[in-house]
Amino acid sequence: MSNLAGMPVLEPAQGAKDQHMVINMGPQHPATHGVLRLVLEIDGEIIVRLYPEIGYLHTGIEKTCEAKFYHQVVPLTDRINYLDPLANNLCYALAVEKLLSLEIPPKAQWMRVLLAELSRLNSHLIWLGTHAMDIGALTVFLYTFREREEILRLFEAVAGQRMMTSYIRIGGLAMEPPLDFLDRVQAFVRMLPEKIDEYSNLLTGNPIFRNRLKGVGHLSAADAVALGVTGPPLRASGVDFDLRRDMPYSSYEKFQFKVPVSNDCDCWARYEVRLIEMRESVKIIQQALDGMPEGAVKADAPKVVLPDREKMKTQMEALIHHFKIVTEGFAVPAGEVYQGIECGHGQMGYYVVSDGTAKPYRVHMRYPSFATLQAVETMCKGRMLADLVAVIGSIDIVLGEIDR
Amino acid sequence: MSQSPNIPLFGKAAVLESLADHAAVKAILAWNPEALTDAKFDFGELTLTIAPEQIRSAAATMQAAGYNFFEDLTAVDWYPASPRFQLSYLLLSHALRERIRLRVLLTDASPAVESIMPVWAGADYYEREVFDLFGIRFEEHPNLRRIMLPEDWNGHPLRKDYPVEGYR
Repeated sequence: MSNLAGMPVLEPAQGAKDQHMVINMGPQHPATHGVLRLVLEIDGEIIVRLYPEIGYLHTGIEKTCEAKFYHQVVPLTDRINYLDPLANNLCYALAVEKLLSLEIPPKAQWMRVLLAELSRLNSHLIWLGTHAMDIGALTVFLYTFREREEILRLFEAVAGQRMMTSYIRIGGLAMEPPLDFLDRVQAFVRMLPEKIDEYSNLLTGNPIFRNRLKGVGHLSAADAVALGVTGPPLRASGVDFDLRRDMPYSSYEKFQFKVPVSNDCDCWARYEVRLIEMRESVKIIQQALDGMPEGAVKADAPKVVLPDREKMKTQMEALIHHFKIVTEGFAVPAGEVYQGIECGHGQMGYYVVSDGTAKPYRVHMRYPSFATLQAVETMCKGRMLADLVAVIGSIDIVLGEIDR
Repeated sequence: MSQSPNIPLFGKAAVLESLADHAAVKAILAWNPEALTDAKFDFGELTLTIAPEQIRSAAATMQAAGYNFFEDLTAVDWYPASPRFQLSYLLLSHALRERIRLRVLLTDASPAVESIMPVWAGADYYEREVFDLFGIRFEEHPNLRRIMLPEDWNGHPLRKDYPVEGYR
């Protein structure tokens, strides 16, 4: 236990030593959605102080990125927020494309929007199932995972992988989607709104679920902005900001959708905002399906984008480009860029610094859960211990993206 | 955005001349033009280099100018160049719908800078992360301890002189 020597064992505050108790929650607690350790000082059942201890999943991904070629970083990004894999790919690809000033064909952009929204649905379905389960409504988990399974099948059809997709690449997509892919997505989005009604029927009128969330975990708009909270928790605190609408990327400006906002600032508001977001995602996917442009799914940049297999085996230049990209990567002009996108949990951002070589000089990821976790103490101080479980569920954190 | 994102601008003089009506540039000129040591506008992103001892008041100035949201803080190690460390503060304006980057350059000998936590409490974890992985100190941070790595870890892994595979 030598590495624990420097850890702050929270002592009860001076003068309250007889009354307060320090307890430990996690890191292997099922309600912490990963390996989050919370040190709590409690007075009876009231939380007096709360201290999150993170880093259990730290793998040094940012350091690893510096040792890889630009295209080799794509599979690393999936593993950070493993519940929203395509958003990771998209954000990294957009950042590098900004450095390269690459033009992405319309079909690739629309496919990216479609996949990012499927990925958001995936993330929200897991959140809804696990959040309801934390509160004690076990049934919903089985329902949402049934629909999530279909999304994973779609990912598998398009990328060959269920979770670590790496399908969005620098310069477009990895390959054309299979022929029946769009029909399968169509069938899925036709079926989903009914299923969302089903979840809503199970939860919205459920008095236990309602009482556990209403008025719990209050986070004012000012606190949310000061603490760097983004995404659904920010909008549930009454701040009307969504990067998809306000600073659009990947042709989101061509889609019509509403951004749900609530002024209730509690866990219930976060539940309602996410539920509406799921319905809006279905609308965006429908628009993407209806207006899917024709054409290529990769940019015309042979020195950056891997050639199609067919071309690589029949054309000399394609073979040379393939060989060069795989063995020595491609140089990216020197500079620094930041690209932010709205993923399921909030604002994700990639900060890529290039020194003009084939390997990134520095890749930094801004992930929403890292900042949102800072708000837990504000939301829980002076409240009941049991509310903490509802609050952690409602902010929808993934420890993979906090620890990176 | 008011300016064309296609024309890159390098140097304080060029940015001050071409982006004179930019909210951030106006605010910094009204506050303390001397604190701005360099500037660039590249890839549609404005970067303002601030003198290290001025960063907290620069952050407060930007907050008052409408850049209400602290989005990100990280560092870059330019080893063996000097000044070695670069801090990149990313600020977002919900109303103007744009970002700016404040950059601070620090030399190798005990790199330290004022914490901006009095301006944005949300900088807490970010400053601890930079302290943990780069060894840059943030003065007046209330709890400047390692956040990712164990307390007894040796070195700061994101420094360029730290091997990728670690010390074995």
